[in-house]
Amino acid sequence: MLRINNLHVKIEGKQILNGLDLTVNAGEVHAIMGPNGSGKSTLSHVLAGREGYEVTDGQVLFNAENLLQLSPEQRAHKGVFLAMQYPVELPGVNNMTFIRESINAIRRARGQDEFNTLEFLQLIREKAAQLQLDEKLLKRNVNAGFSGGEKKRNEVLQMAMLEPQLAILDETDSGLDIDALRVIAQGVNSLRSAERSIILVTHYQRLLEYIQPDFVHVLVNGRIVRSGDKQLALTLEQKGYNWIIEEDAA
Amino acid sequence: MRSALKNDQENDQTPIDDLIRSGYAHGFVTPIESDTFPPGLSENTILKISAKKNEPDWVLEWRLKAYRRWLAMEDPEWAHVKHPDIDFQSMSYYSAPKKKESLNSLDEVDPQLLEAYNKLGIPLEEQKALAGAAVDAVFDSVSVATTFRKSLADAGVIFCSMSEAIQKHPQLVQKYMGSVVPYSDNFYAALNAAVFTDGTFVYIPQGVRCPMELSTYFRINEANTGQFERTLIIAEAGSSVSYLEGCTAPMRDENQLHAAVVELVAMDDASIKYSTVQNWYPGDEQGKGGIYNFVTKRGACRGKRSHISWTQVETGSAITWKYPSCLLIGDDSVGEFYSVAVTRGRQQADTGTKMIHIGANTKSTIVSKGISAGHGQNTYRGLVRMSKGAVNARNHTQCDSLLLGDQCAAHTFPYIEVMNPDAEVEHEATTSKISDDQLFYCRQRGISEEDAVSMIVNGFCKEVFKELPMEFAVEAQKLLNLTLEGAVG
Ligand SMILES: Nc1ncnc2c1ncn2[C@@H]1O[C@H](COP(=O)(O)OP(=O)(O)OP(=O)(O)O)[C@@H](O)[C@H]1O
Ligand SMILES: [Mg+2]
Repeated sequence: MLRINNLHVKIEGKQILNGLDLTVNAGEVHAIMGPNGSGKSTLSHVLAGREGYEVTDGQVLFNAENLLQLSPEQRAHKGVFLAMQYPVELPGVNNMTFIRESINAIRRARGQDEFNTLEFLQLIREKAAQLQLDEKLLKRNVNAGFSGGEKKRNEVLQMAMLEPQLAILDETDSGLDIDALRVIAQGVNSLRSAERSIILVTHYQRLLEYIQPDFVHVLVNGRIVRSGDKQLALTLEQKGYNWIIEEDAA
Repeated sequence: MRSALKNDQENDQTPIDDLIRSGYAHGFVTPIESDTFPPGLSENTILKISAKKNEPDWVLEWRLKAYRRWLAMEDPEWAHVKHPDIDFQSMSYYSAPKKKESLNSLDEVDPQLLEAYNKLGIPLEEQKALAGAAVDAVFDSVSVATTFRKSLADAGVIFCSMSEAIQKHPQLVQKYMGSVVPYSDNFYAALNAAVFTDGTFVYIPQGVRCPMELSTYFRINEANTGQFERTLIIAEAGSSVSYLEGCTAPMRDENQLHAAVVELVAMDDASIKYSTVQNWYPGDEQGKGGIYNFVTKRGACRGKRSHISWTQVETGSAITWKYPSCLLIGDDSVGEFYSVAVTRGRQQADTGTKMIHIGANTKSTIVSKGISAGHGQNTYRGLVRMSKGAVNARNHTQCDSLLLGDQCAAHTFPYIEVMNPDAEVEHEATTSKISDDQLFYCRQRGISEEDAVSMIVNGFCKEVFKELPMEFAVEAQKLLNLTLEGAVG
């Protein structure tokens, strides 16, 4: 589904990603861990098509198509979803309206009928209930004044509504209380399917107890320096990153 | 208090720049034969206007007094706008479609004219009007057709052109015209008083709730004509009325002047809601052509618990200079001002309001939303005055600016004068930009950049749109999207 080869990315002249390789097949869940500033959000943004990043080398194929030449909205239409590390606020834009615009824009692009108001309302109520997201948040403006955890829940709600093919969750677990973490993890797990791939960027092994990853990767200095199964995450939790960085340098 | 914010990074082109250019959809000229005065302004011009309209002497005298006063006045320079000096001798002061006899029904109106209104999307035909609005259409200087006058008359409401009111209801006109905006008020008000050619007159008798929304569409068709209409709305005790005004003008290279005067009078417990959607031709990208919109609008809350509310959505005009105001004279009277002003291209807008609190317990609310794009210059200028007698008076002002792009600017000039220690004045101001982060967020969710911009802009204006009558709000929203979504237009 997703194939990243030798990806090199610069921001403002500074090299951030440095020959990153990653292959994600349909149905797999990959966790990406790594020290602060190692390039995890950069990777997420480049996959989603954010401007301001210069790809100097390498390629990204999504279902055998060159992902990098598509606009962010085209990628969204094709099923790429990014739950952001720092979701932005849209003052004045009603959350429910926003999600409906979003889902209908994607449906239109795919030649599907738009949801009518009733269908949409039923669906969003159901998903919000599953994620234990207070319905009041639906009536407020997008993320405006939401607490950190509420913003993250709202990201997962959007993911649940849009049912993407490739979901990238950038530290969606950070800032969640223990109960919220469990609920969100259930939300993600319920999306797991043979056709869907998930990339989880996280700092905490705890999330991976709830969402069992097929692979765990360690990103250091813009490259994946080690890959393993969920055992790797446990080792990292105990030993930190230094031993890997040292071994990688050696 | 004074805050100004200017963004002048020159070559930082954002994708928004492409979105903020758009064509002007109302730029057609209607080929109708008209009776137009040659350019020029003198006492003789005024005599001729007055004679054309068969006016009583007191009107002519009033015009001449205004004219003499105007000659002694100077074009105001304090507004935050720039324009070449206006040559008042190069304009024509009267233009009327020919063939105009007294019209009793729409069938008698020139079909070309009706077609022009159809193009503007005005619900002039009776069927559409049945949906709720009575329309008094002002085409150039003369009111052409008034629909639904009869059902209004049954309710005792007078809704007619100013010319007709002068003929048929002279006592009312004489009593109120100039009582809120005297001819000596300012340069353009004096000019208007001297040369006004028509306008709308509304009278709501005591205790009557006007049975439908009243609406006037103004349109400047003839080249080189100034349009100087006067509107007068009187709401007697316990009455209420909602009035809608929409404006467009054809596209021309030269500038045209629009200097209107609107006067509102609300007696005890009366309420007047005055809504404007203004889409005069703004000129081209380089600032060539477009309407100079210099308007004096003022409402007097004369009665106790009277209520005047101004709502405006201004997307057009090369230059807008306009401060709909409220004189809160009656105790417990309420004044409101809700405004969206958009400037793009080379447009300049200097607008705001004045809330003059005179009576006790008077309240006013100001919500101003300025949107600037391209090289647009948007200035909010507002005065809140709490006079000595304004015991326990309250004002709340919310003044927000949204910048699209890096070459536009928003300025805020709130003037506050408090002569009563009990009075409370609150002022909040914000300036924001649509950030790349916000656009990326929307696009990541599959929403195009244009739709994202219009969604954020509409969200920004929501507080004002909700004050408009339903259909008008939809129109205003469409207009705003059209104004800002150049790439698709
Ligand atoms: N706009 C920018 N200009 C300059 N440097 C940037 C910019 N954006 C990101 N960087 C730098 O790129 C590096 C990688 O940042 P990135 O956000 O991808 O890290 P991360 O792995 O997600 O870290 P964290 O775990 O803290 O979220 C950091 O050193 C960061 O400072
Ligand atoms: Mg990050």
